[in-house]
Amino acid sequence: MSIVAYIAVMAVTTYLIRVIPFVAVRGKIRSPFLNSVLYYIPYAVLSAMTFPAIFFATGDFVSSAVGTLIALVTAYCNLPLIVVALAASSGAFLTSLIV
Amino acid sequence: MKQQFFKGVRHGVPIMLGYLSVSFGFGVLCIRQNLSILAAVGISVTNLTSAGQVAGVEIIAASGSLIEMILCQLVINLRYSLMSLSLSQKLAPSFTLMHRLFVGYGITDEIFAVASSRKEPLTPPYMYGLILTPFLGWSFGTLIGAIAGDIMPASVTAALSLMLYAMFIAIIIPPAKKNKKVLLVVLLAAALSVVIHYCLPMISGGFAVIIAALVSSVIGALFFPVSAEERGEAAS
Repeated sequence: MSIVAYIAVMAVTTYLIRVIPFVAVRGKIRSPFLNSVLYYIPYAVLSAMTFPAIFFATGDFVSSAVGTLIALVTAYCNLPLIVVALAASSGAFLTSLIV
Repeated sequence: MKQQFFKGVRHGVPIMLGYLSVSFGFGVLCIRQNLSILAAVGISVTNLTSAGQVAGVEIIAASGSLIEMILCQLVINLRYSLMSLSLSQKLAPSFTLMHRLFVGYGITDEIFAVASSRKEPLTPPYMYGLILTPFLGWSFGTLIGAIAGDIMPASVTAALSLMLYAMFIAIIIPPAKKNKKVLLVVLLAAALSVVIHYCLPMISGGFAVIIAALVSSVIGALFFPVSAEERGEAAS
């Protein structure tokens, strides 16, 4: 399949999701169940995308695991996104030099 | 009119700075998955979303089906429907159908958060300004990341490819610390995703994310429904 087809399908789907309610729907979603699902989805998506993929990210389990651990600890300390990202990457890089 | 536009541009600057680093990580990831620099930038320019793009690139790399792509984007980006819905109630009368069609493209978590916190009705020039700066940050960051991924040694890009996932962790952990319900859903989603990966390898990555995210969110909604006040605290 051509990369252009993938990107086009991806872009059109994402656009329609955003624009249809913007143009067509009026009023509010009242169902507490549906609202709760929509509240949880972003967190659940990010979590499911990160695990287990992060353990293969560098192509080597040990350096990925070290990076993951650093990310978890720095994120727990509420450090900014970019600090968490750079700390995790640096940790993984240094580990890959040693192991 | 002009004043509204530049106000939007100004309000978009902090978002742009955040997007620069996240999209840098995305650019590196694209090159690691054997996409071209042009494809990486093309995806960012046409999609303007982080999680959806990462999942999309994984589907492309695995030569997944277009149905998988559509379903995956639908589940991951469904929250934007809610944000558009909410913003549609705040639009100024000058928001014609044409303006809605253009501005709808630029609804992201962060742009939504800023726009929805405005007291006065949203005008088209303000929204164009608010979308323009983050859009430039997102596209430019992807370009730099992809170029960096292309010229830097594999050992460095391997480590850099952790950036994006580390940022995802940095987004999840603070709310999970504050709210036990979010923590449970996050742990459940991760556990399901790991179980699917190892026990049901015939399920591809895109579908694994869909199933893990939907099942954990539905279980969360059934057993720990979220009140309107709790939802009001979150940006989405």
